[in-house]
Amino acid sequence: MELNSKIPEGPVAEKWTKYKFDHKLVNPANRRKYDVIVVGTGLAGASAAATLGEQGYNVKAFTFHDSPRRAHSIAAQGGINAAKNYKDDGDSVWRLFYDTVKGGDFRSREANVYRLAEVSVNIIDQMTAQGVPFAREYGGLLDNRSFGGAQVARTFYARGQTGQQLLLGAYQQLARQIGLGNVELYNRTELVDVVVVDGRAAGIVVRDLLTGEVSSHSAHAVVLATGGYSNVFFLSTNAMACNVTAAWRAHRKGAAFANPCYTQIHPTCIPQSDDFQSKLTLMSESLRNDGRIWVPKDTNDTRSPDQIPEADRDYYLERRYPSFGNLAPRDIASRAALVEVASGHGVGPLKNGVYLDFSEAIGRLGEKVIEERYGNLFEMYERITDESPYKVPMRIYPAPHYTMGGLWVDYELMTTVPGLYAAGEANFSDHGANRLGASALMQGLADGYFVLPNTIANYLAPKLGEAVVPTDHPEFQAAEAAARDRYAGYLAIDGTRSPDSFHMELGKIMLEHCGMERTKESLTTALELIPPLHEEFKRDLRVTGSGSSTNQTLEKAGRVDDFFELAQLMCLDALTREESCGGHFRAEHQYPDGEAMRDDDHFAHVAAWEWTGDASNPTRHVEPLEFNDVHLAVRSYK
Amino acid sequence: MKEINVTLKVWRQDGPNAAGHFDTIPAPGIKDEMSFLEMLDLVNERLIADGKDAIVFDHDCREGICGTCSLMIDGQAHGPQKGTATCQLHMRKFADGDEIVIEPWRATAFPIVKDLMVDRAAFDRIIEAGGFITAETGGAPDANITPIPKTVADAAMDAAACIGCGACVAACPNSAAQLFTSAKVSHLNLLPQGQAERYKRVEAMVDTMEELFGSCTNHGECEEACPKSISIDFIALMNSEYLKSKFKNRKRLSQHD
Ligand SMILES: Cc1cc2nc3c(=O)[nH]c(=O)nc-3n(C[C@H](O)[C@H](O)[C@H](O)COP(=O)(O)OP(=O)(O)OC[C@H]3O[C@@H](n4cnc5c(N)ncnc54)[C@H](O)[C@@H]3O)c2cc1C
Ligand code: FES
Repeated sequence: MELNSKIPEGPVAEKWTKYKFDHKLVNPANRRKYDVIVVGTGLAGASAAATLGEQGYNVKAFTFHDSPRRAHSIAAQGGINAAKNYKDDGDSVWRLFYDTVKGGDFRSREANVYRLAEVSVNIIDQMTAQGVPFAREYGGLLDNRSFGGAQVARTFYARGQTGQQLLLGAYQQLARQIGLGNVELYNRTELVDVVVVDGRAAGIVVRDLLTGEVSSHSAHAVVLATGGYSNVFFLSTNAMACNVTAAWRAHRKGAAFANPCYTQIHPTCIPQSDDFQSKLTLMSESLRNDGRIWVPKDTNDTRSPDQIPEADRDYYLERRYPSFGNLAPRDIASRAALVEVASGHGVGPLKNGVYLDFSEAIGRLGEKVIEERYGNLFEMYERITDESPYKVPMRIYPAPHYTMGGLWVDYELMTTVPGLYAAGEANFSDHGANRLGASALMQGLADGYFVLPNTIANYLAPKLGEAVVPTDHPEFQAAEAAARDRYAGYLAIDGTRSPDSFHMELGKIMLEHCGMERTKESLTTALELIPPLHEEFKRDLRVTGSGSSTNQTLEKAGRVDDFFELAQLMCLDALTREESCGGHFRAEHQYPDGEAMRDDDHFAHVAAWEWTGDASNPTRHVEPLEFNDVHLAVRSYK
Repeated sequence: MKEINVTLKVWRQDGPNAAGHFDTIPAPGIKDEMSFLEMLDLVNERLIADGKDAIVFDHDCREGICGTCSLMIDGQAHGPQKGTATCQLHMRKFADGDEIVIEPWRATAFPIVKDLMVDRAAFDRIIEAGGFITAETGGAPDANITPIPKTVADAAMDAAACIGCGACVAACPNSAAQLFTSAKVSHLNLLPQGQAERYKRVEAMVDTMEELFGSCTNHGECEEACPKSISIDFIALMNSEYLKSKFKNRKRLSQHD
């Protein structure tokens, strides 16, 4: 397998301009001769499908949701970064580029990150033109806030519902194209396989979630914008239906999977309260603008937080990272919370949280201002915990949230399968080993609106006049038959355990052994535990109901099956990466003060895994990373 | 943490054209910290353990933002707690011994798919008809070129907060979609960027809505049921926009009032 990143020549700041000039074009009148499939209608997929539709391609868009507007992007709260420098506080494209490479702990590709920073400004213009009601100042200009890992205010937001408003914007553009007949939407339809013919992406096999019917669609190019895989941990901040199936099926058909061990555990979530819990709820990072994080100094302190005087509190982030303080990047803030809880300083009934305290901000700014900034988050917190953050500090704890790893893509966002693209959280491209807050929305929209429409043209142009592979081709037929067998197989096992019970057990293994802190020992244990559990799944699964009408238990079975194989790859990747970087913390590799110790001599590379047919024995390939513009340095937020 | 025992009366229906019925399912040992949907998860796990079909219901984010969850609980859309989607409702709102009736949204425009799941595609048709600002990718001017007074942006945001769940339609005795449609019309028509298509938009959206949904007779049940407490004032705004669209001299549209 060859990993050619196809990074254009020239200085980093000119690469994208040069690429756009050099790539092949498809004449507007010819575009309707091409079929493009876009799977996923979150920010990345909706923006890609809408733009390709506008440009004149025949687009088919697929989602397992009932409407594109339900994609998980809708849940993003805090905001979206852009190098607008509207605050004149020293921001620039270069600084956003620098912050992102550094925030990713020097494990991302410079050229991609620079392009992301460059188009970030267009995103804000585009979304404003579409009617996204971003927060404004009294004079009518756009407002900004700060997010972790940055010392400038470059985050645009729409109350605590930024993802919702951006997704509605992209969805409305997509809806317009659907209304005009340029995009055909297949809702409640799940991709269950990718079809590759003569080494190129030929189309997809899907399952209709209402009828169970399996069918095929062919196209000249296929885009996967199917989101991340945090739900491998069972409990995460992701929506319940998020899963890895689309990316995993592509992987099994030849697409390399990059850096699967890079997962982000978000520092500010509501701590788990019991075993019945189905998911964890994020409290946006934006809260760290005004909230201060602390724990009692004394591990036996049983006083209520308002009775604990300043002298007896440890504002540990402010103490350890004076210049970034409460706005230290996510991986650092999460691990610091883990250290506090593990050493017995945790708060709450289960001693599994730390305080996020707004009393000082409320004193300084008044309750009204705080309500305006965070009202809906406070309300959400109170609904779940029955406690008001206006009166008592929030309790928070880290939870799985985002996956930096994903399908390997080159500069054009093409996977190792020609004609198959990956966009948004589904690819691995821009965040290295740790994503900065408010950068996922930016990346999804950059990929969909501004990158893919250019790079796909480059692939399609030479194919003018070529017919798509017909869906009665033996490869399609074989994939369809395999998919039918797969789902019939789950029903036929007739064992004793539900898909959820397996998922929960797998999630516990992953959180304990491949979570915030990993060791050779823990990963080896996980690799011993997962395959037998997967075998048990294949032997003892119970799916009730039938395969010919809506069956959510059956849908879940397919997704959990794929999570098992992914989980193994994550552990293998974590085991081979003998260093600590960003969200990947190997306890064996740390400085005496507990900071992550990278090993640039041996690991300044992307690990891209190739499927071999045996989940426990994939092949590891390496794409070396070069840092010409942001110099490799020990990341410091002190 | 308390434990309560409740009994569910759940609507079961095999498919769009099948006859439906209520199943009575005892749900003992429910912790009051559970969310309503976590209670249903547990009930489903028990059904599967008994070899029975799990109850089909729509849900995803479980944070009150995606608009996927959609249950009629004791005759109220999203249940007893005001301004709260089903997924954010907790069992502490129920008492030991309660019988809880759970039904799908009922409206001709939202046919039942299975059990508690309905098809809300009619909402998408309204957006496709005109619920957008035509702003194709590329060529947008700088975002700060048009200052938008904070009050205007805030009012647009109040309307834009709609999650498209359909509770308004389910709660309405006429199954009208005025609250949903007016929220989208108002979000876009209030903003300077939305002016160019202002009248065309309201006409297309309202006409599509009327084709698919019942008529509004000002009951106001929709606002009561809305998990985001969207105000029915937006319906008044939409009606006035619609009326204006009928009188407006189209050639002079750029010089709006
Ligand atoms: C609670 C929360 C808050 C967040 N807040 C922020 C924030 O403030 N700022 C920020 O930048 N980022 C934030 N993020 C991260 C960000 O929201 C996501 O990374 C981003 O929205 C992902 O977008 P996407 O388009 O790649 O995928 P998604 O929005 O996850 O969309 C995936 C799409 O793929 C479809 N799909 C998946 N698999 C299949 C299949 N097999 N067949 C058919 N369709 C399929 C789904 O139906 C869906 O349409 C947050 C994340 C969470 C969980
Ligand atoms: S599940 Fe998303 S709003 Fe209830």
